[in-house]
Amino acid sequence: MIVAVASGKGGTGKTTVAASLALVAAEKGPVQYLDCDVEEPNGHLLLHPAWEHRRAVTVPVPVIDRDKCNFCGRCAQICAFHALAVLPDEVLVFPELCHGCGGCQYFCPMKAITENKREIGCVETGQSGAIQFVHGCLQVGEAICTPLIGAVKEQAAPGTLTILDAPPGTSCPVIKTVTNAGFCILVTEPTPFGLHDLRLAVKMVKKLGIPCGIIINRSDGQDQLIVEFSRDMHIPVLFRLPEDRMVAEGYAGGMPAVTVRPAWKPLFQNLLDGLEAGKQCVS
Amino acid sequence: MRELVVLSGKGGTGKTSICGSLAVLAANKVLADCDVDAANLHLLLEPEIKSSSPFYGLPKAQINDDLCLACDLCAHLCRFNAIRGQRVLTGNCEGCGVCYHACPCEAVEMLPHIAGELHLSKTRYGPLVHANLGVAEDNSGKLVAAVRKKARQVAEAEKKELIITDGPPGVGCPVISCLSGIDLVLVVTEPTLSGMHDMERMLDLADFFNVKAVVCINKWDLHPGNTESIEASCRRRDVPVPVRLPYDQIVKEAACRAQPVVQYGSGPVVDGIVALWDELRTRLV
Ligand code: SF4
Ligand code: SF4
Ligand code: SF4
Ligand code: SF4
Repeated sequence: MIVAVASGKGGTGKTTVAASLALVAAEKGPVQYLDCDVEEPNGHLLLHPAWEHRRAVTVPVPVIDRDKCNFCGRCAQICAFHALAVLPDEVLVFPELCHGCGGCQYFCPMKAITENKREIGCVETGQSGAIQFVHGCLQVGEAICTPLIGAVKEQAAPGTLTILDAPPGTSCPVIKTVTNAGFCILVTEPTPFGLHDLRLAVKMVKKLGIPCGIIINRSDGQDQLIVEFSRDMHIPVLFRLPEDRMVAEGYAGGMPAVTVRPAWKPLFQNLLDGLEAGKQCVS
Repeated sequence: MRELVVLSGKGGTGKTSICGSLAVLAANKVLADCDVDAANLHLLLEPEIKSSSPFYGLPKAQINDDLCLACDLCAHLCRFNAIRGQRVLTGNCEGCGVCYHACPCEAVEMLPHIAGELHLSKTRYGPLVHANLGVAEDNSGKLVAAVRKKARQVAEAEKKELIITDGPPGVGCPVISCLSGIDLVLVVTEPTLSGMHDMERMLDLADFFNVKAVVCINKWDLHPGNTESIEASCRRRDVPVPVRLPYDQIVKEAACRAQPVVQYGSGPVVDGIVALWDELRTRLV
């Protein structure tokens, strides 16, 4: 089963929840942790995997053969992403803007365009105890991350529990991650910010038709805002994690929540049991 | 006119809270919320929307059945698996237009696609330009560029000296769109491993674009050791770290009441933000 852990905004504790879930699951059997937050992967900072493999991920990028090119300008006119500019005696390529659609190559009347591979980042895999760890790392300055997320997700092994740490937000990279998950955990904070972003996240998972549940993190008991919303939307609140300075300090030092507070493990275990049984447990 | 952008890399470092407080402290400015993934600044500033306009993303392909001869060339050429059985899967379509240009029957149309909305609002701290992107839309930075452009127009029209921008999260395309032509970046970080990791990437990016940076460490006392490494790293890069803000419940209380923290209360966090603003101000002139 694929379980995605997402949140409308960053900093709600998504990664510490995902890492805790993986650690608790690993006590029972093999589990995969796929960090799909390729712009800022940080699951490894909590799970400390021993790296085993690194594979470069490339995207196609056009290469212009100046001897064949007649500078007609057709390629730049075709490119919807403004990744090409044709000057009187030169064609400029802006690789970060190229989406690799292949249009320029197909339409060049002089067959002057070929494609090369360009590295945008890498997928690294490793082991952290019983957890198989995978993450993608986008190179600084790269703009397009969905091919890299795709490469991370290719590592999902059917038949095992796969936990996806999704990027924050509700745009393309998150959709790419969450699509085809069996369940989506939405981590939120009980503040108006948290609620605002949770609303967007719920809209997204509903649009994708994925069942979801909410974990309220840093709860101070005043969770009315979130509870009312979850009731209106008919989404279960899976459990709450209290505001806890020790946990925040642990996180700062690279320790997931259940390592700092082993007493929280049954919450995660219950959730896993519920997911296993094909139903969400409602608190 | 000067432009300050507040960035943090990962979310949850307090970027928006600090930005909201700078909005209270700074005079004669335009505010811009470029955190288009999670636009929260408006929650703090109670804006009254004055005007809104649609924001167009790249158009989406559509196949006209009456003209299509089902040759399947378009499906063959589309690299995004967006065409199946002469139907465009709009969610996959990136709007590259290859099918449109290639179709021998001119059966493909490119339809305009509204991806979000751009707003100009009035707040008691000055004009605010903000936006919301539809769910599942591309956050490729175009909306960020549109917000910035609008903010500059407003600043010029209303003779404002400063634009304060709440920047997008992450270190990707939207952030890059935010950095060109900026005078100063404030990086808000926290002494967590991921915060430090992201701060380094933000500072690399600022370097890459040749923009001056200032760092502010939020919740510094969660890990004094990490705080010192952040300061050491900034010293090596010659980036000033004028203040350390402590972990304080007042920040969350203020957020719960949807108020900028300098407006809501007092104490070391508030004093710290005031000192931070003094420092930023001297670097902006
Ligand atoms: S379309 Fe081909 S020939 Fe024309 S400018 Fe581009 S590369 Fe050169
Ligand atoms: S492959 Fe597509 S996006 Fe890239 S340069 Fe060519 S036309 Fe533009
Ligand atoms: S290329 Fe044109 S005619 Fe051929 S299947 Fe596509 S839309 Fe139909
Ligand atoms: S516009 Fe591009 S992405 Fe969209 S359907 Fe046509 S070829 Fe595919």
